[in-house]
Amino acid sequence: MRRPGLLASTWVLFWKDLLLEWRSRARVNALVFFSLATLLLFSFALGPDTALLRRNAGGYLWLALLLSSVLALGESFRVERENSSLEGLRLVPVDTRSIFLAKGIANAVLLAALGVLLVPVLVALLDVRIVLSWGRLVTIIALGCLAIAAPGTLYGAIASHARARDVLLPLLLFPILIPALVAAAKGTALVFEGDPMTQFPSWIALLGSFDLLYWGLGFVLFPRVVEE
Amino acid sequence: MEMRMRRRLEIAAVLGTLGIFAYAAWTGLVWAPPDREMGDVQRIMYAHVPMVQMMLLSGTINFVCCVVYLFRASWKTDALAEASAETALVFGAIGTTLGAIWGRPTWGVYWAWDPRLTTVAILLVAYAGYMALRRFVDDPERRAVWSAVTGIIIAVDVPIIYFSVKWWKSLHQVQSTPRTVDPQMVYALRWNITAFFLVLIVFLVARYRIALAARLRETTVPEPAPGAQQVVA
Repeated sequence: MRRPGLLASTWVLFWKDLLLEWRSRARVNALVFFSLATLLLFSFALGPDTALLRRNAGGYLWLALLLSSVLALGESFRVERENSSLEGLRLVPVDTRSIFLAKGIANAVLLAALGVLLVPVLVALLDVRIVLSWGRLVTIIALGCLAIAAPGTLYGAIASHARARDVLLPLLLFPILIPALVAAAKGTALVFEGDPMTQFPSWIALLGSFDLLYWGLGFVLFPRVVEE
Repeated sequence: MEMRMRRRLEIAAVLGTLGIFAYAAWTGLVWAPPDREMGDVQRIMYAHVPMVQMMLLSGTINFVCCVVYLFRASWKTDALAEASAETALVFGAIGTTLGAIWGRPTWGVYWAWDPRLTTVAILLVAYAGYMALRRFVDDPERRAVWSAVTGIIIAVDVPIIYFSVKWWKSLHQVQSTPRTVDPQMVYALRWNITAFFLVLIVFLVARYRIALAARLRETTVPEPAPGAQQVVA
């Protein structure tokens, strides 16, 4: 039998993850309401100063996504741990790296969808205006979610087999995500507030290099993480 | 006999380190002149600069160990990785605290969002996560591989953190002022760097031995106690 190629197996596994998500829908629902609750909490913690809330909206969006990502990543490997599905996946004669790509992209897609969903909420709740184009907003959300997903998938695989996995995942993930958080929040703030100094491309470049580095690193290191 | 010789050599090395450390502390605290602008506060630098340098050195050792482990697995490399992460954490935490104590009278604040300062602080949190991972994984082989992967991920992040923080606060950059440094200060600083380097080596060797002994205990099957019944699972 011919071994399926990397891209073909990645596509199949990616589709499997999305299908799993769609069939239960519990995780998606939980994520949506969790992130909404987070946005509300930020607003209440900071008081009713609308100008302040609007100025910080970019930061809130990314904090809400970051906190939700821990739930999403944890869940994405919990379903594999139950019934030892990950062992089953590894027995299939496909490149292990395609598991990383599929899970990473599925997580990124889920988070990006959540991010796009949260934007109208920000507009309604915090009176945010999209000054630059929607295209730029979607670009920064996509790049930012890819940045969370790459190290997140790697660490999710590690944490799911450790003790105290719910504590461990954010402990490992948050510190190294700080550059991505800075770039994504700043870029989003520029989309909301306008960009007179044309700083937007440099934040995109920083986020892009973070993505390249960690997707490359995850691609190389993931087989070692899940090996027996 | 040889064991005894080795023990004596080790004690001599530790005593020598302590002696050099005491001399270096004396040069920094007493012998070197106080700074013209900052006064005696500047003396914190003689401990702060070497400690942060030793943190960076420990971090580099950790990174090299992590890479080497993934290519050639060995308990010794894993033990050295554990030891260097912990020394990085200790030296970095004390060095950063000393920096904050220095910053209060000099800059007027304990903390400034300076790129170097912030990078070191983020690294400390990241290494704390690394040490937590080591505690939370029971299987020694998995722990070694996973912490090697984590160590590499942390090390790769350093330049990106630095640039992101630099750009993040680019509006009000802290100006570093190059000053002519008194040769006596350079002399005291050099001695202190040497002293802290030796302390780091002592800590690393001690911690490495503990880690290696723990690994060996974990990986060797204990012999049944005399007279104990063999339980077949």
